[in-house]
Amino acid sequence: MLPELGQVLMALALLVAALQALLPLAGAHRGEPRLMAVARPASYAMLALVGGAFALLTWAFVSQDFSVRYVATNSNSLLPMVYRYTAVWGSHEGSLLLWVLVLCVWNALVAAFSRALPQAVVARVLGVLGIVACGFLAFLIFTSNPFERLLPAAAEGRDLNPLLQDPGMIIHPPMQYVGWAGFSVPFAFAIAALLDGHIDARWLRWVRPWTNVAWAFLTVGIALGSWWAYYELGWGGWWFWDPVENAAFMPWLVGAALIHSQAVTEKRGSFPGWTLLLAIAAFSLSLMGTFLVRSGVLTSVHAFAADPSRGLFILVFLGLVIGGSLLLYALRAGRLDPGAGFRPASRETLLLLNNLLLASACAMILLGTLYPLLADALELGKISVGPPYFGLLFFVLMAPLLALVPLGPLVRWQRDQASKVAALLLPWLGLALVAGAVAYFAAPQGSWKTAAGVTGAAWVGLGTLRFVWARLRNSGRLTAEMWGMVLAHLGLAVFVVGALLVEAQNVQREVALKPGQALELGRYAFRFEGVDQLRGPNYLADRGHVQVLRDGRPLALLHPEKRAYASGGQVMTEAGIRPGLAADVYVALGESLGDGAWAVRVHVKPFVRWIWGGAALMALGGLVAAGDRRFRRATKEKTA
Amino acid sequence: MNPQRRRRLLLVLVVVLASGLVTALVAMALQRNVAYLYTPAEVLRGEAGERARFRLGGMVEKGSFQRAAGSMEASFRVTDGDAQLPVRYTGILPDLFREGQAVVATGRMEDGVFVAENVLAKHDETYMPKEVADKMGVAHQKHEVQVPAPGTEQQ
Repeated sequence: MLPELGQVLMALALLVAALQALLPLAGAHRGEPRLMAVARPASYAMLALVGGAFALLTWAFVSQDFSVRYVATNSNSLLPMVYRYTAVWGSHEGSLLLWVLVLCVWNALVAAFSRALPQAVVARVLGVLGIVACGFLAFLIFTSNPFERLLPAAAEGRDLNPLLQDPGMIIHPPMQYVGWAGFSVPFAFAIAALLDGHIDARWLRWVRPWTNVAWAFLTVGIALGSWWAYYELGWGGWWFWDPVENAAFMPWLVGAALIHSQAVTEKRGSFPGWTLLLAIAAFSLSLMGTFLVRSGVLTSVHAFAADPSRGLFILVFLGLVIGGSLLLYALRAGRLDPGAGFRPASRETLLLLNNLLLASACAMILLGTLYPLLADALELGKISVGPPYFGLLFFVLMAPLLALVPLGPLVRWQRDQASKVAALLLPWLGLALVAGAVAYFAAPQGSWKTAAGVTGAAWVGLGTLRFVWARLRNSGRLTAEMWGMVLAHLGLAVFVVGALLVEAQNVQREVALKPGQALELGRYAFRFEGVDQLRGPNYLADRGHVQVLRDGRPLALLHPEKRAYASGGQVMTEAGIRPGLAADVYVALGESLGDGAWAVRVHVKPFVRWIWGGAALMALGGLVAAGDRRFRRATKEKTA
Repeated sequence: MNPQRRRRLLLVLVVVLASGLVTALVAMALQRNVAYLYTPAEVLRGEAGERARFRLGGMVEKGSFQRAAGSMEASFRVTDGDAQLPVRYTGILPDLFREGQAVVATGRMEDGVFVAENVLAKHDETYMPKEVADKMGVAHQKHEVQVPAPGTEQQ
């Protein structure tokens, strides 16, 4: 009976979502407080209902209820307990339910922490969130019901995709969803502001931390996905420009732009229309990402199922949300107050450039991601767009952005003397260029990428520290908002080191090794000591033993595995990795070549950890900035 | 022209110029990095061109996989039901590579052999990349080419 109860809960949630969408919006339109007052309790009720449904689905997994189709396809009696919990979001239906749950959590948090805002604004914001929840719940109930029964019940489940039987997979999807769904808050705020016809700096101050937190979670989600791909897929790559990665990355870029433009609009009142447009874009791209991933239109490791009814629903929902909000924008944005003017040499200009570059990067990725779909629809052939397209254009667009990062915080609002800032930063630019030149000649595989990476990172890092120094000398302290910015920019510097140096300095070999044979790779030597058998809970593994030496001294004994899962006969590679701050050593087992020989793939990946370390710093920066007291105090003033 | 207008004109010019430049750059980058997907039959008909880099999609023919003991060089044939094409690849094949399964290889033709730079076998044992399924489904509905029914593939 429990799965049926889950269905009932979802249906009730849909009903509540519909009420939350209709009544408060109508109330705000007609100025009726009683209707507007529905919004808050409805949010809490929806969270309780969807939370209940999610708990029931989790219980179905934990108790191995194979009479539920979704459980039978994604679990197995041999599945270890911890993966029974994570299998809940291991496939389409459950991950959609998780999405809705996360959306409901955001929704309830908005309801709880918006006491300081005018009632009409809260009603509109929650009303818009209600519409979004309606769309998702309808999609869940009508096309992707996770509680669908399988009669007669299966005796044994088909098992969770072995790729997902991994600790990284426990947290990657929830983080990703917290980020994606979090952009619904600035989106709902933007729609509310457009409905109302004006933006109040106080509301913007209220919404800024939400954007930051959503963006921080998305950063963590993307970084975890990249880390997971690195160690789980066995190719040693950390980013593939796969359509699904792009789907996550596009809202991230727009979200980064949004964080900056919200700051301008809140503090100076400049380009309010652009800020609203970015908020709409960030959430639209999140929606598109979610649905592109799930619809199976894109060929990717993430594409779960291709079902025409789902595709149609998705298209209609996307059309309504994106088309509707853009229409509203077109009708109303003209009425917004354009704010104070500014000179070319001002922080506004720099932030505008930041926004243009980030938005162009996003547009470029969007084009590359959708181009194959477009070509297919127009019968131009089945094509794929290669990583070099993305890599080249991304570099071209991001290089000027890196060049601008240290300038932004040091240049004043409205107008400044360019020469003063230049004098402040010139020595550090010189130092960064020297560092790049040294790296070019000192690194074992000196290349322009190495030089560019070191120069860019040193410039961003030193320039940011220069800001901290200037600030500490002038006023003795930095606000949390500034510390957040500093952390995020330093994170960017760390990331640049990782991304470009691993590109330039990575060494990789694929060789056939017999037990006792060794491979020399720069300072490292890899001695293959054979393979033995290992029995896991639901798989059989060939486990290799590889002794890694650095400069002739033992560094680590690595155990790459080749696992054959009992349920589907799937084979999985588990890489053996020795992590290091300066370089990772990475060994993956290929196949047995006969005569005791094995194909072995070996990587030395310098600074690869810095990629995720940088991302972690960026996320931390987003959270620290969100914690600034100013955001809380400002809204409290209103109640006083 | 008053100064404000002149500034606006300048701004418009800069924007037009920049967007033109960006468009040209993007178009160029896109054109260079697009790889078309062909089946062996199409390649043998000469549709893939002479030296261009492209993607070859189809099934790994049963019994065609060979690898000399202790060597990293592998060879196999890719079939679409109508025609076969020999493929050579040096390196480790993906976990899901198996005879009778769908495969997409990127590379170019050299003396009648497709020399692959990378080989992708997608996803899991029952899943066929949609684009390969489309191509093979359209061209040939015969042989052992299984195209998964919508919604039934392993999730």
